[in-house]
Amino acid sequence: MNLSALLFQLLQDTLVVLAAPLLLGWVNQCRAWLQNRSGAGVLQPYRKLIKLFHKDAVLAHNASPLFRFMPYILFACMWLAAALVPVLATDLPLSPAVDVIALVGIFALARVFISLAAMDIGTAFGTLGARREMLVGFLAEPALLMVFFTASVISHSTSLITIVETLAHTQFVLYPSLAFAAVAFVMVLLAENARIPVDNPSTHLELTMIHEAMILEYSARHLALIEWASALKLLAYITIGIALFLPWGIAAADHWSALPIALVALFVKLTAAGAGLALLETLSAKMRIFRVPEFMGTAFLLAVLGMLTHFLLGS
Amino acid sequence: MTLDETMHGFPQLATAMPVWHGTVEAKPFRDLCEEVRRSGGKLVALWGSDETARENGYALHAALITVRGMLCLSLPIAVDRPAFPDISDLFPGANRMQRAVADMLGLHALGSDDQRKWLRHASWPGDVHPLRKSFDAANKFPTDSDAYAFVPVSGDGVHEIPVGPVHAGTIEPGHFRFSIIGERVLRLEQRLGYTHKGIEKRFEQMTLTQGAKLAGRISGDSTVAYAWAYAQAVESVTGAQPSARALALRGVLLELERIHNHLGDLGYLGNDVALAFGFAQFWILKEDALRMNGELFGHRYLMDKVLPGGVSCDLDERGCERIRQLLSHLENEVSVLRNIYDEHAGAQDRFLSTGRVSPDLAAQLGLTGMAGRASGQAWDLRAQFPCAPYDQLEVNMATHRNGDVAARVTVRFEELSESIRLIRRLLDLLPAGELQIAVGNAPDKAFGIGWVEGWRGEVLVALHTAPDNAIHRLHPHDPSWQNWPVLEHAIIGNIVPDFPLINKSFNLSYSGQDL
Repeated sequence: MNLSALLFQLLQDTLVVLAAPLLLGWVNQCRAWLQNRSGAGVLQPYRKLIKLFHKDAVLAHNASPLFRFMPYILFACMWLAAALVPVLATDLPLSPAVDVIALVGIFALARVFISLAAMDIGTAFGTLGARREMLVGFLAEPALLMVFFTASVISHSTSLITIVETLAHTQFVLYPSLAFAAVAFVMVLLAENARIPVDNPSTHLELTMIHEAMILEYSARHLALIEWASALKLLAYITIGIALFLPWGIAAADHWSALPIALVALFVKLTAAGAGLALLETLSAKMRIFRVPEFMGTAFLLAVLGMLTHFLLGS
Repeated sequence: MTLDETMHGFPQLATAMPVWHGTVEAKPFRDLCEEVRRSGGKLVALWGSDETARENGYALHAALITVRGMLCLSLPIAVDRPAFPDISDLFPGANRMQRAVADMLGLHALGSDDQRKWLRHASWPGDVHPLRKSFDAANKFPTDSDAYAFVPVSGDGVHEIPVGPVHAGTIEPGHFRFSIIGERVLRLEQRLGYTHKGIEKRFEQMTLTQGAKLAGRISGDSTVAYAWAYAQAVESVTGAQPSARALALRGVLLELERIHNHLGDLGYLGNDVALAFGFAQFWILKEDALRMNGELFGHRYLMDKVLPGGVSCDLDERGCERIRQLLSHLENEVSVLRNIYDEHAGAQDRFLSTGRVSPDLAAQLGLTGMAGRASGQAWDLRAQFPCAPYDQLEVNMATHRNGDVAARVTVRFEELSESIRLIRRLLDLLPAGELQIAVGNAPDKAFGIGWVEGWRGEVLVALHTAPDNAIHRLHPHDPSWQNWPVLEHAIIGNIVPDFPLINKSFNLSYSGQDL
């Protein structure tokens, strides 16, 4: 391991944690434009975080340590996930750890903690949200795993780095199986990040909430960390999507000379993905909660179809 | 004797609407209520008054609607036996009104098995009744604990979600107690009364002229309807007859109010299914309408424009043209948006069959107004008992039989287009005349009724006068009284996350039924 690679890794990790709210701000701004509103600007999530960090935290009397620690665990999980995804370069010190199954595990760990913390206080909404989150989560996880397996049968590895290198740096080949997997992945992304049509991140109707219901009792720095973690999760998911389906432009290793191109490519891809997400959200209405199993079932089915296509067409 | 004969045996009030008023004893009171129920009529309002200062005990008043018009009954009640016959078995909506009468005046429904408090929380003791004349408004009471017996639901896997009175969004306060199994609602029980302001008591310290301003502030979204109903009540006791121009302008104002409320609700209904696009578009249109109101009439929500004797605003040719422009703009935009709502699979999936109130259930529970028309209850004062200016317009009533959220959306769209048509007609026909005439003196102990089809449903103002143009008792009645209990039925069997949508499709007033 050399110093240059370590620096590259640090740069990537700092970039994701600082840029995550910007992506969220961009998605919200696009949504505002699509709805004929002027919007609050792409920097609004930063302002919100600053505001929340300056407030005094209010905790329920019966809150256990779990409730207090959850935001930190959640933030750590999401930062780790976002930092592991090869965003700028593939061959970095943490690269050997980047296994797609481990990524799914990190998301699951965060989900367990946020659900437990939601039930910790004992309010009706926390439990309601946790129940719904588990419903969505246990349906989304297998679909996500199938998407990863479809990608990994091409490169014969579950390492995200190998997958990216196979796709980005070898001869260009069209994989029909990845088209199925990509659609399934977008559906999982919407569900896992509490976006429309599964959940509504901007709702004030407590009875309809999933993610928001779980964090209703949080305030100040705790809430700030949770919001930041949500932004990181969205970034992690979108960069995973980019790594799997649009990896071109990424630097092969810690080549500093490739950095500008990698940065520009990442910026362009995130901008397009954010706008696309906003468009999808604007066009859809939120579905009834019992349609979510059908929605996630479709995602799973598409991922399976992708896998079958791969074997049927031969590699 | 048939109901019609009895009704016409009573004196008819000198008001714009067909209203008969009679004083009866307990037995015929109950019999007449039964008769009205049998003939398919409904209860519009129930209120009490304190007549002890006139050495006449108390009185209970009921406003009933039949196909012929309104029948108002007054039932004298002795001081030593403050009770009246229960009519909540005939009209389920009477239950909360009776309990409110018990809270406010200490008159109890004899034989009703629901004697819980309704509007009273912990702010004053149970043996204090604010609407009694002996009540001193300067009194301060210690805050008591608010014990309220919700109806328990038991069974395997049943649990309760308490929601409110403080909500995550900026809406009026109300408490909802859901008994659910999984996500399915077994029972909803509402607890309202968090917005008590003492408006009815305040009216009793006012003269007829002063009351107009307060009447316009009972429910901000229906200010024109309330102000008109109040003006009608005052005009009926004083015998004042506003000019044709004033009446036509009132019609324009009332329809403008209906338009901006329907636009706002259609936007909110989009927002509740996370179709934020619809929300933004409808609210841009609503804002256009409100700005025009502000520009032409000096108040965005049209407060204090309708006064006893006429109106306080006028329209010149330029103003009429401005309204016509807005109407064409709205008509074009709304037709596009209606297509989007109708063809959006996601939105329709949420709207259709959600929160269904069948026509039978609606008739049984007395669902009224816009929500009633969406459940096949064809009652619309503008079409049935058209007073001026509606008598020249032939109002088309919008009805639907499905009674779900989609039906309430459709009825809103249709009423919106009908209101646009009505305003155009009114502007074309706008007669000349004085804007406001002087209102004469009202006799003591006179009784007047104002009855107007607001956007939510029929708004009633019942007025009992005192000497020197003072108000003895004034009861403003919002259609939300009748419709809140129906909402408890509309949600049964639906899932919890659909409640906000169903609630919004009714959009009832918390404050309007808790004065």
